[in-house]
Amino acid sequence: MSDVVHPVHGEVHRHPAPTGFIRKYVFSTDHKVIGIQYWCLALFAVFIGMFFSLIMRLQLGWPGQEWGFLKTLFPHAAANGTISGELYLSLLTMHGTIMVFFVLTTAPQGGFGNYFLPIQIGAADMAFPVLNMMSFWITFLALLVLISAFFVNFFVDDPNMVNVIGPIGGWTGYAPLSALGDRAGPGQGTGVLLWITSIALFCVASLLGALNFITTMLNMRARGMSLMRLPLTCWAWFTTAVLALLSFPVLLAAGILLLLDHLAGTSFFIPGNEYVSGQLVKEHSGGSPILWQHLFWFFGHPEVYIAILPGMGLTSHILSTFARKPVFGYRAMVYAIFAIGLLGFFVWGHHMFISGMSPYSAIAFSLITLTIGVPSAIKTFNWLGTLWGGQIRFTSPMLFAIGFVSLFVSGGITGLFLGQTSIDIPLHDTSFVVGHFHLIMGVAAIFGMFAGTYFWFPKMFGKMMNEGLGKLHFLLTFAGVNAIFIPMHIMGMAGQTRRYLFHWNPTTGEGLHYLSNMTPLTRFVSIAAFVTIGAQLIFLVNLVWSWAKGRKASDNPWEATSLEWTIPSPPPHDNFAGIEPEVYRGPYEYSVPGASKDYVMQSEPGPAEVHGD
Amino acid sequence: MANTLTTDIGIKPGLGAGKPGPLGGDPLRPGSADSKDWPPGWTSEDAAEPQKYRIGMWVALASILMLFISLTSAYIVRGVPALGGGQDDWLPIDMPRVLWVNTAILLVSSVSIEFARHALKRNEYSRFRGWITLTTLLGVAFLVGQLMAWRQLAAQGVFINSHPHSSFFYLLTSLHGLHLLGGVIALTYVTVAAMRLRIGFKRRNAVNVTALYWHFMDGLWIYLFGLLFFFR
Amino acid sequence: MGKITGVLVFLIAIGSVLLFVGQKMIFGSVLWWFPEGISEHAPRIDAQFMRTLWVVGISFTVAQVALGYAVIKFGRKGDARAVYTHGSNKLEAVWTIITAAVFVILAILGQRVWAQLHLSAAADDATRIHVYAQQFQWNFHYPGADGEFGKTEGKYYDDSALNFVGLDPNDAAGKDDAQLTTLVIPKDRPVELTLRSKDVIHSFFVPALRFKQDSVPGMNIKIHFTANKEGKYEIPCAELCGSLHYNMKSNMVVIPADEYDRLVRMPEEKFKEQLGELLQRYPY
Repeated sequence: MSDVVHPVHGEVHRHPAPTGFIRKYVFSTDHKVIGIQYWCLALFAVFIGMFFSLIMRLQLGWPGQEWGFLKTLFPHAAANGTISGELYLSLLTMHGTIMVFFVLTTAPQGGFGNYFLPIQIGAADMAFPVLNMMSFWITFLALLVLISAFFVNFFVDDPNMVNVIGPIGGWTGYAPLSALGDRAGPGQGTGVLLWITSIALFCVASLLGALNFITTMLNMRARGMSLMRLPLTCWAWFTTAVLALLSFPVLLAAGILLLLDHLAGTSFFIPGNEYVSGQLVKEHSGGSPILWQHLFWFFGHPEVYIAILPGMGLTSHILSTFARKPVFGYRAMVYAIFAIGLLGFFVWGHHMFISGMSPYSAIAFSLITLTIGVPSAIKTFNWLGTLWGGQIRFTSPMLFAIGFVSLFVSGGITGLFLGQTSIDIPLHDTSFVVGHFHLIMGVAAIFGMFAGTYFWFPKMFGKMMNEGLGKLHFLLTFAGVNAIFIPMHIMGMAGQTRRYLFHWNPTTGEGLHYLSNMTPLTRFVSIAAFVTIGAQLIFLVNLVWSWAKGRKASDNPWEATSLEWTIPSPPPHDNFAGIEPEVYRGPYEYSVPGASKDYVMQSEPGPAEVHGD
Repeated sequence: MANTLTTDIGIKPGLGAGKPGPLGGDPLRPGSADSKDWPPGWTSEDAAEPQKYRIGMWVALASILMLFISLTSAYIVRGVPALGGGQDDWLPIDMPRVLWVNTAILLVSSVSIEFARHALKRNEYSRFRGWITLTTLLGVAFLVGQLMAWRQLAAQGVFINSHPHSSFFYLLTSLHGLHLLGGVIALTYVTVAAMRLRIGFKRRNAVNVTALYWHFMDGLWIYLFGLLFFFR
Repeated sequence: MGKITGVLVFLIAIGSVLLFVGQKMIFGSVLWWFPEGISEHAPRIDAQFMRTLWVVGISFTVAQVALGYAVIKFGRKGDARAVYTHGSNKLEAVWTIITAAVFVILAILGQRVWAQLHLSAAADDATRIHVYAQQFQWNFHYPGADGEFGKTEGKYYDDSALNFVGLDPNDAAGKDDAQLTTLVIPKDRPVELTLRSKDVIHSFFVPALRFKQDSVPGMNIKIHFTANKEGKYEIPCAELCGSLHYNMKSNMVVIPADEYDRLVRMPEEKFKEQLGELLQRYPY
């Protein structure tokens, strides 16, 4: 051990920085590099997902219309310039899978969490840096496998499969549609196998990540960083990791069972007397399609909290920072995070009220579901309380955090409708649900990611982002997403069903007559979507331009208090340059009466604040 | 003993810091006469390390447990009449007798790994080598025994897709076997290190953590054995 | 920027509220809403929806207005300091208890119609029809003049021979049964549907009826309701079932009960002929 450094006062054992491009930027064990890798993966994935949704909105708004560019992109599946049913479902499946897994479950946790959890707790890296690196690369592999699922039949010029691209069962992959193979639908054979493989890999990667987060938070906090002095971001990442640890294995189990039904002739999900494509299926019997739903949603519900909790932690953190006020009710916020995490394991059945499961358990699930609204409401009140009486600085991250609160209210509150069994009857599987989950996941959680990017970009890359572009991006996006998703609730109430290629074609008079007056609303939503997606280019331009030519960032451009703002922007390899930080107070000491500045950093020596911990 | 060194060298405590090492030495005094456990040049940052591996292992075990719990729930749904299962096609398989032997092998291996750990704590290196080698061999024997059980069933024409119960049998035993194989690989690593007399501080930790994993795999097997053959 | 953001939040809140409760005012009539309810339980579901809408509407508006107001009022003013407070346990308790009470009450109220629909069986004299969903059509099995359903079994499914429901050719009771792709039901009489699926999960949904239920292969799921308005109503499939999921729709026709009784006793061909007239009689 020639590189051993004997410790002196305040120092810890230092590991030398890696050298060479590959070790520094590709196969790096540095949590900061891995965080950026996850974040880049999510950025790439989100643009693919948005592009697919653009095509879907084009189809929904103008069914049957021919588009030249589609013929170029999908020479077989859109051979005459219109989207086929199979292509639409395939886009839908990929959109959901990519967005939920590779965007919402990567950047907030694997991206920002990886980068900032160790720093915010005062550690030099994650507990298991090599596992951390593996978890990124397995995630990357999973994305490649998923993309290959989409191209399963892309190059096949077989007239019988001419419209096929990838699996068509939605990101929820309900059995037996997903278990019966090609005879149940094109793309449901190899496409589904690749899809399951991708998800299984993703499960493993997430589990490794969760392991790291939990161990790091429990074991590697700096001196003085007691649990009640942790930034709320850390609490959110920790709880998210616990949720991931306990829910992803269930998805893995479901995936294994589905794989066996495909490959080994088992019948976990396939009942008897299946008559598919004109043939009776003899080799399967006795399975339960509802079992798939139970397993999937037991994972699926905690998954949506995995998607939103980091955003909630970050919103609390950013609102406090830029309102120059402590978080209102820090302890309540922590308990609310726990409550949401814990209750999140008991409500999965609310996705299944209509599934044919026992109506008694439906009632139980419904009652618990509505109680989960309580900690969410508490968090909303506390966010408002944090803003109240503040001295708000309207920077880009702050705007997106404010937007998060608004969108969380809009998206979350419609859960009150869907969580009641009676009201779910007309609303299940309609656009009402689509509006609900997009507002909360596809927008609020994304706003969390935007807020995190604008907030931490200076720290990560050493450059400031352009504020003007940030504000424009916010205004357009905030207005746009509301224009897209609020109308969907009304459309769902009118009975507009999900996952339909189109509902009403005004030109040909085909479709569902009771939805014949939806066209103006549908087109409004589609146009809002195009504008909003276009507005994201502003964000992209801002990222690239700022990274290349942005104004140099100081250590603490936002005058914030947590530990990441005590180190250079960007940080050195081992974060704290060999000095172990010491924490003297909680993370939200803003506007402390009598203090010389309107913020007191966590690491600033002195007595802890009067009120908090 | 007062931890004056904590402020002296400003090292973060980490969980478990301040507790004496296995040989009774003060873990925060590197190079001191008491710290027979620790190699020279070691710092107390390394004191945090055994804790993190131990925590990490418990966390990993929690997720493995969840995997088997979800498969158990699938098993119950499929096999219990009250939940709509247990139909005529459930057809539980007859237990291949070799599984009793395998169970015994695994139980003995848990005991032997404990003996190995204790030997290492007392620095009785040759005893340690013996016990750890035995454990590794027993682990391999278990896996071989599982394969034998599978072959017996296959010879009777019972495969993974024969009946629901056989599906679960093959699935659960192969998943368990896969995880156990991971444990055997870890054991092999430790055994080889023992053979080469390279049993530094970090590797002692590896032995402890591997033992934890091994006991879990043993317990899991007992549970699965019970589930498959006594709860059907 | 705070003012702009606050105004934007207000606009969003106002716009949303208007969309939900202001359509009549803006367009002269409510363009986009639940279709008129035609079942006996529809008014109760609609009432619970309205109760929830009040709660949601008020909470939504109050929260968004508070947010908008906060960002307008509490913008930075020079070097002033913010109010230094870590919260208020009293406030936490108050708003937690109020929220919990409201949500729990709503939750309990929201189970009543569900319990009426799902925790009790259909009346003994309910009209019974069997439903067989498949890719990509709905099949409705009527018992015919003898009022008895012929036995059906999976091994008799034969789409090419138009035996969609798998009627056992050896069962006499099935000889007079009719298989149609349209659902005809009597008005003002309880109807019990037994949902089955031949291949994948489908979902029986009639918006006007305020009813939806998945049909799951391997299960026989009984549902019951009473329709109280004549007419023709579309049945879109409401669970993704494959490529032509969007095209798997059928019609439900509600006719006077005595006419139904006559129709259901007719042999299949005559029943089908009458269908043409029925479908013409009622517009969408």
